[in-house]
Amino acid sequence: MTTATHRRVDRPGGVWALPALVLFGLFALLPMLLVGYLSLTAWNGLGNPSFIGMANWTRLFTDPAMLDSLRLSVLLTVLSWVIQTPISLLLGVWAAGRQRNRAVLSAIFFLPLLLSSAAIAVLWRALLDPNFGLAATLGPLVGFADGNIAGTPTGALLCVAFVASWQFIPLHTLFYQSGARQIPESLYEAALIDGASRVQQFRHITLPQLRNTIVSSSVLMVVGALTFFDTVLILTNGGPGTATYIVPFRMYTTAFRSYDYGYASAIAFALVLVATAISLLLVRVSGFARMRSTREGM
Amino acid sequence: MPALTPTRATPEAGARPSEPRRPGRTRARGRRGRPNVLAGLAALVWLVIVAVPLYSMVTSTLRRTEDYLDAGPLDLPTAPTFENYLSVVDKGFVQALINTVLVTVATVALVLVVAVPAGFAVVRSRSRLASTGFRLFLLGLAIPAQATIVPVYLMITRLSLYDSLLAVVLPTAAFALPVAVLILSSAMRDVSEEVYEAMALDGASTTRVLFGLVVPLSRAGITTVGIYTALQAWNGFLFPLVLTQSEDKRVLTLALWEFRSQFGVNVPGLLAAVVLSGLPIFVAYLFARRALVNGLMGVGGK
Repeated sequence: MTTATHRRVDRPGGVWALPALVLFGLFALLPMLLVGYLSLTAWNGLGNPSFIGMANWTRLFTDPAMLDSLRLSVLLTVLSWVIQTPISLLLGVWAAGRQRNRAVLSAIFFLPLLLSSAAIAVLWRALLDPNFGLAATLGPLVGFADGNIAGTPTGALLCVAFVASWQFIPLHTLFYQSGARQIPESLYEAALIDGASRVQQFRHITLPQLRNTIVSSSVLMVVGALTFFDTVLILTNGGPGTATYIVPFRMYTTAFRSYDYGYASAIAFALVLVATAISLLLVRVSGFARMRSTREGM
Repeated sequence: MPALTPTRATPEAGARPSEPRRPGRTRARGRRGRPNVLAGLAALVWLVIVAVPLYSMVTSTLRRTEDYLDAGPLDLPTAPTFENYLSVVDKGFVQALINTVLVTVATVALVLVVAVPAGFAVVRSRSRLASTGFRLFLLGLAIPAQATIVPVYLMITRLSLYDSLLAVVLPTAAFALPVAVLILSSAMRDVSEEVYEAMALDGASTTRVLFGLVVPLSRAGITTVGIYTALQAWNGFLFPLVLTQSEDKRVLTLALWEFRSQFGVNVPGLLAAVVLSGLPIFVAYLFARRALVNGLMGVGGK
């Protein structure tokens, strides 16, 4: 190497990151800090917030309505995971293979991803209409003689979980598909020589190899379900009664329908804590962090 | 494996699902010999679950309301009509479309203008500001936009931006930044030191290094960020819901929600609005499938 190549390369200063940091700090980090502060105040949107200490937090832990929302959120999260994970996993592994027509089918599977949450919720609200929708035709087949699937508390929550799955399974299928494509071919060849059946191959090669994808996809599903909002507002508006008043929806109504911004902030802050704790726990329990970056799938 | 590095949204890793027919991809996929009957069956069941609602949606929009109410959502349109699409246009769809396009373009422009130099600084700068900043962005991945809506509303009203499109653009861009900086910095990291040295030999300034070297070499990452951000802005619901009010500031997602009450029993009209709202993304999908999939995989972050 000549001495010329050792000439110092100009490096950008930290200032280059400043505009992004300012925008991000102002409209994402500062609001997060403000949520913490507002959770210690009483404020109805008029005048200034007044400091009331831990009152909102005490209320949060004793409010029966809040407890009910928490129960519904946990239920929805579990339901979403239980529906989405096996289906996405199967479809993703299948789509990574080389069946005939696979490309065409995968393209159709992909279509729900092109619609916004609002569009999907509006579509399903029409389809679930007990008088004129698909539900009127199909409801009797699944035990709802009057077709009013979304009219019962349990049915409504199931509908929300179903619509969420309809919307997000294609995305998770993509994750599993690209995960499955990275499994070394030699593993299957070796298994074939050993005479392993397809189920054995799936259990002993595919599943363990997809572990990281399963963890990252699960984290996204759990956080997604805990912060699920648009669909509930449009599809059920929390109803019937309060049957689908999941935590983010209660936060929204507390703030923008009851104008209780302080209490809403406490709910929001608790939501962030719970979502972060669950993601960290999932990552820790699975030993995921030790193996590779936790940012996979982002 | 290269794809195990921080982002799945890099073109190498993310492009795979969308590129089923690329030569070389076909290597030994028929590895397990017999066709997988069980998975194939599951795929068929899922096909029905996805296709029937979409079929019902599209055919319904071509029917008269009376026919829809009489014959149900699965009947074929006997005399196709486009009156539903016309009624959607009558109800202010075009204004909402323009607003959404404005919000999307402004958000993408803002994110690229600030995130490209930020990604560059994260990769190349030795200053503490850049490394601390990067950690802050990583932290930001964990903040759900929903949780900050009350203070964002408070700040927007205090800044007198309430009920403007800018009010939607600012927080939408801010919440797209963590993923954007992450994707960009990992794309820019691939630029080798030798090329920098060659540029330095030519006496290039830092600005020229960025625009003459780093930006062209990380085009794929920039495209991914652009599409990811565009999808976030296009599909955004909560920020417009809370931060705007009047009809002339309404974006598409909000308009759909409003249409639901306006159209009443005119379900075909409402579904025509849903179809029209998805059409631009569908066209983008037809022309830039791979890029769109990469952008969507970026969506995984939120």
